[in-house]
Amino acid sequence: MIKPHHVSVKDGDVLVLVGTMKGAFLLRSNAARSRWDVGGPYFQGQSVYALAYDGRAGRRRLLAGPGSMHFGAVLSTSDDFGRTWTNPEQANVKFPEDAGLSLKNIWQIMPAAAGDPNTLYCGVEPASLFVSHDAGSSWELVRGLHDHPHRTKWQPGGGGLCLHTIVPDPQNPERLMIAISTGGVYGSEDGGRTWRPRNHGVRADFLPEKNPEFGQCVHKVVAHPSNPRRLFLQNHWGLYRSDNGGESWQDIANGVPSDFGFAMTMHPHDPDCVYIAPLDSDMFRVMPEGRLRIYRTRDGGESWEALTRGLPQKGAYETVVRDAMDADDLNPAGVYFGTRRGEVWGSRDGGASWSTVISGLPPVVCVKTCLIGGARPAPRGRKAAAAKKPRAMAAKKAAPRKAAKKKSVRKAAKKSTSRRRR
Amino acid sequence: MPLKFFIPGPLREFTNGARLVTIASGASTAGEALERLWAEHPGVRDRVLTEQGEVRQHVNVFVGVESIRFTGGLDTPVRDGDEISIVPAVSGG
Repeated sequence: MIKPHHVSVKDGDVLVLVGTMKGAFLLRSNAARSRWDVGGPYFQGQSVYALAYDGRAGRRRLLAGPGSMHFGAVLSTSDDFGRTWTNPEQANVKFPEDAGLSLKNIWQIMPAAAGDPNTLYCGVEPASLFVSHDAGSSWELVRGLHDHPHRTKWQPGGGGLCLHTIVPDPQNPERLMIAISTGGVYGSEDGGRTWRPRNHGVRADFLPEKNPEFGQCVHKVVAHPSNPRRLFLQNHWGLYRSDNGGESWQDIANGVPSDFGFAMTMHPHDPDCVYIAPLDSDMFRVMPEGRLRIYRTRDGGESWEALTRGLPQKGAYETVVRDAMDADDLNPAGVYFGTRRGEVWGSRDGGASWSTVISGLPPVVCVKTCLIGGARPAPRGRKAAAAKKPRAMAAKKAAPRKAAKKKSVRKAAKKSTSRRRR
Repeated sequence: MPLKFFIPGPLREFTNGARLVTIASGASTAGEALERLWAEHPGVRDRVLTEQGEVRQHVNVFVGVESIRFTGGLDTPVRDGDEISIVPAVSGG
């Protein structure tokens, strides 16, 4: 096993949480986002499809869903930015015996809205939703969805039968949207007790009935916190927008090279701005024409523009999967995505230009960002000028750790006997 | 004669680092023997069994040199002094 490197995190720092097929990494930078320290690898040898940060109620907690091919998946947390992670004796996200199911993978971890600071949701394979009301210590199956009569008719997609997307409504804690491959979008208006499919207008090209009530292979759904009734959806063929909380969807694939893709993320400050990573087709899941292009709309999907500056435009047969793209909360926004080839790309100007943040990782399956302790102004003057250079985004090589630092790591590990370094 | 359990490296954090765990027997099947193991080291259980009580697909349990997959699963007979090995399968990516 490799001894993990750890990052030191301060208020105002940006973290990019990177989950891969063989472990997790933390990328840390200050608000300039010009140099990145690399923490990890954590959960060595385990796939990490789900990562999240919970900064509510004074917490500074990282959450991860490492899955061991051999020993199963648990939900693990770290309150010291990765130095130690919990590894509960009893699996914490688990099906009750009467459910007749066994957990295969954790696909999504989502804190509820800030007004509900101890609630978290977790989406898993086989497609089910779990909820925690104690900030992640204990979890229970959301029976309302589990008992839905459609559940037994949902079918696995290429990634398994997974509940991969959870969209809480920050203005109404009773309202929640989820997405399942393949099951489609479901919404609850009563805190998860009852659920109704929300797929009207979304195609299912792989079924004889092209517009079924449910069964669509929805890949990602996003919404801006300022307008949670307006949703954007990347489908298994199809790009959609809903202006009525998912009651109906309209096609917005206007000027994209392909409406097949997985990843989709919202601009943090502009509710009309969405990023996607189109792929050639379901049969050839790589960038169209071998050109690594992220597409952006700034008018709610009326038009899309290719973002290519700094990205390879030849021979780039790359794949970006559903949770491998995210944007930070700074202004201008940072946008990040990871590839199956193990690269993380970043833009600190909202997508206008890109550079490699880190390469040589295992296949990237999850990219999430967080801002620690709220936003701070970006450095000005010389530092800001340096930050404009494209190459300045690269992660710096891990410097040899000083003895004093090692000491503090040991001290931290000793403090919490229920935690271990992973 | 107590039962001997051989614990794989990734699970030794749940056995205080021990590779070999010995437990007074009385068990007549592999399932009963494993129940005694988790009674003393509960963290091992959920890594070896699913929620439905089945041995995980990529974990092998041997009584002596025989995999219990071919000898009756958790109902495989055990005798005092048997050695039970928990071994991750040869799988990965």
